[in-house]
Amino acid sequence: MADVNRGNRPLSPHLTIYRPQITSGLSIFHRVTGVALTLGMTLVVCWLLAAATSDQMFAFVDGLLTSWLGYLVLLGSTWALAYHLLNGVRHLVWDMGYGFDLDNVTWSGLAVLAGSGVLTALVWAVIWYLG
Amino acid sequence: MSYRTPFITARGHGSAGSGTHHWWQMRVSSVALTPLTMIAIWPFAMNLGEGREAVLAAYANPFNAIVAVLFLAVGFHHLMQGLQTVIEDYIHQKAWRTGLLLGNQMFCAAVGLAGVFAVLKIAFTN
Repeated sequence: MADVNRGNRPLSPHLTIYRPQITSGLSIFHRVTGVALTLGMTLVVCWLLAAATSDQMFAFVDGLLTSWLGYLVLLGSTWALAYHLLNGVRHLVWDMGYGFDLDNVTWSGLAVLAGSGVLTALVWAVIWYLG
Repeated sequence: MSYRTPFITARGHGSAGSGTHHWWQMRVSSVALTPLTMIAIWPFAMNLGEGREAVLAAYANPFNAIVAVLFLAVGFHHLMQGLQTVIEDYIHQKAWRTGLLLGNQMFCAAVGLAGVFAVLKIAFTN
């Protein structure tokens, strides 16, 4: 029994063989957005640290974040955060044992994708009107 | 011919050597982060570009400060555990893997605690 045929067993098809699907695509996107949020989180900490340090430091970091590149990064981070949050809730629902059949997985995936766009637009609209 | 089965090397361990502990911690932190995120983004978003005085006043408010500290502490712990899984999944070369896992823990702890310190300093001195 032990050590029989080790290393010579068939492997399941890998990324390069699988046809791209909504399920795998959104799963990969959850990871990508999670890793990407490292940047947004670090920028927020830099901003808070600068505010705690001095007027000059704050002016520099705040100016960086409110430049066009800063706003672009923050817009991307908002979308990544919205997607990661909504898809995270989707994962929690699966963990409770619901919605794991193919039909539900497909529509909840599309809903999360659309919802992340709506949520991002909503957050920026609120900032635009009240900020 | 060995009669040892691979079972002995697998028993009690998940892929990271710690069973379901990591997995469960991720569920707990994600449940906590869902409301925390939706509250914590506002003092940041509303005061970005509004000047330092506005930011100091915002985080001098205990509610904003407490939410920010909780969000940063739980958020960076969640980030660290997530990045750890990504490293464990894709980096197989031993030296790189160990180095990146160490670097990840130190980076997330340092940046997360720096953020907590900044919020507390603002809250206590304004």
